[in-house]
Amino acid sequence: MDPKAFFTTSRVLIVAGKGGVGKTTVTAVLAKAAAACGLTVRVVAIDEESPLGGLLGLPKPLGPKVVKVTPQITAQLVTPMQALDDYLRDHGMRGVTSQLSRLGILDVVASAAPGIDDILVLAKIKQLDKQQVADLMIVDAPAAGHAIPFLRAPRALREIISVGPINTQAVEAGEMLADSTRCQVILVALAEETPVNEAIETAFALEEDIGVTLGPIVVNALYPAVDDLVAPPRARSAIATAARFRLARLQAQEEHRDRLAVGLPLPQLVLPFVFDASLTSETTDTLAEVLLEAIRAL
Amino acid sequence: MVSEAVANLADVIDGRSIIVCAGPGGVGKTTTAAAMALAAASRGRRAVVITIDPARRLADALGLTAGLTNQPQQVKGIGPGELWALMLDPKQTFDDVVRRYANDPEQLDRILNNSFYKNVSGALSGTQEYMAAEKLYELHHDDRFDLVIIDTPPTRHALDVIDAPRRLTRFLDHRLYRAIVMPARIGLRVVNFAAQAVLKTIAKIVGGAAIADVVSFFQAFDGMEAGFGERASLVLALLTSPETAYVIVTAPRQDRLDEAAWLSAQLAERKIKPAALVVNRAHPDFGISAVEARAEASDGDPAWTNLAQLAEVAESEERLITPLIAAVAPAPVVRVPLLVRDVHDLSGLGDVAAHLVGR
Repeated sequence: MDPKAFFTTSRVLIVAGKGGVGKTTVTAVLAKAAAACGLTVRVVAIDEESPLGGLLGLPKPLGPKVVKVTPQITAQLVTPMQALDDYLRDHGMRGVTSQLSRLGILDVVASAAPGIDDILVLAKIKQLDKQQVADLMIVDAPAAGHAIPFLRAPRALREIISVGPINTQAVEAGEMLADSTRCQVILVALAEETPVNEAIETAFALEEDIGVTLGPIVVNALYPAVDDLVAPPRARSAIATAARFRLARLQAQEEHRDRLAVGLPLPQLVLPFVFDASLTSETTDTLAEVLLEAIRAL
Repeated sequence: MVSEAVANLADVIDGRSIIVCAGPGGVGKTTTAAAMALAAASRGRRAVVITIDPARRLADALGLTAGLTNQPQQVKGIGPGELWALMLDPKQTFDDVVRRYANDPEQLDRILNNSFYKNVSGALSGTQEYMAAEKLYELHHDDRFDLVIIDTPPTRHALDVIDAPRRLTRFLDHRLYRAIVMPARIGLRVVNFAAQAVLKTIAKIVGGAAIADVVSFFQAFDGMEAGFGERASLVLALLTSPETAYVIVTAPRQDRLDEAAWLSAQLAERKIKPAALVVNRAHPDFGISAVEARAEASDGDPAWTNLAQLAEVAESEERLITPLIAAVAPAPVVRVPLLVRDVHDLSGLGDVAAHLVGR
């Protein structure tokens, strides 16, 4: 598939996956790959501790202010509090947020209507999409088990709140999620037991419950094979032990990839394991090239 | 031979009565917590592990085929001590707490059936963490156990286990709450008006039905906040006492280590020193340096090329871990190598335990 066609299938890509699978790395890699196709990209982090800034080569973590990463890539942090602040300011209620938060009222409201913080974030993303801030927006979804409740929030909240501005936001955010020309979810998994199981469960929950369209699944950190490597069964030398280790891992990950392919009929984009444990912006540059190759081969 | 770090983690397991496992997501925290509990049981302790992760694999590995529940279940075939496991159900635990402090059955009913309560007990940020702390306290005072090990949510929420009791009391002690409840009690009409104004604003945003639920929830809760507050102080005291050990679990990748470093700084802010650092999924050391292997691999020999790559990653991991080791010093550091297969049964869990405390 032509990479540019791939990156213009929908305007928003939401990258989701459990903690530790490299979701944030993949977000940065996707952004760089899309930019390499000549597109402008807005990267959105939702998590205040997100390491996205560093992976994009910025000296500081991302904040609410939009920063220019390269001529084509811009990035920003969107938090519920700041999204609420923007919303209230746009509706003539500047400065109310800090008061609400100081009084702890936001806690009460968030509990009265769970998912309201997610709606605020999704509504902000929807608004950025409407403003067409870039050709493509890539969102690093919340970590761990929160991706499903995050994306389910519009539907859940519409049941609790049937009228008013929040309802409108929930309806519109839900429309964005359900429209495959506007939004797709890219799942990230590792070729390991638990990550594969979780990716399959998450995929079905997202498709059936929420009606989002799933793009190809990214299988991250796959050990590359070493040509002609053989494992002498009993030799105790370092090279023999290392060869057995490598081959056993390769075999296990093949099994898990097959299991993923059977459990989840989605095309797989494979990114290699990086033999340098320090993840830097250069690492994501290299991975972006690999990803473009993988997309061409789809 | 048992390394010094391993001996020290064994001391923690032998000597403390609570172990809190904290760290980033996806580094094997749940398995580490279970392996420590198994190690403790095989060293003669009566250990119970609380997991907050719906990890079916852990239940299977422990041979608890019916799955983990909110009540401890004993794992068969362990000795000389005992191993018990449970999975936290925050909603059920919250119900138990309410049951304990409710003044009468009628109040209990009103709370349990309130839809705001149903949301709070399932979704209020920090509820899960508070209930984890609550469960920890309950099991600590249960005579069946002398060691409680808990697996916490991923990093940023890990310390909510410590902070949540205070936050929940603050929530219940909230001005808005007082404003809603007090007029009914002592007729402070001025406060009532102010509260009504706030409520009306919120109602405009989230809808009137949600607010009506909030008001009736706080009214139903009336008279229970003192009990909650007292309990929260006891829980907090236990979590910051020397009986409790914090073990940081991480993996040797830059992002995981950054999160672990953040966690260790957060602990330091609360004047808590980690009792140990567990580095999971470290690449094994095959005893030959990357430079040597690289030289041998210069003619393209696949076996040496493989060893060179693996040695390089192992060495880069060691370099990355160094600052964290310094940050948590003098806490012992235990490395658990990357396993080719996931833990599927007690013997697999035993292998992990052996890495933690020695055979």
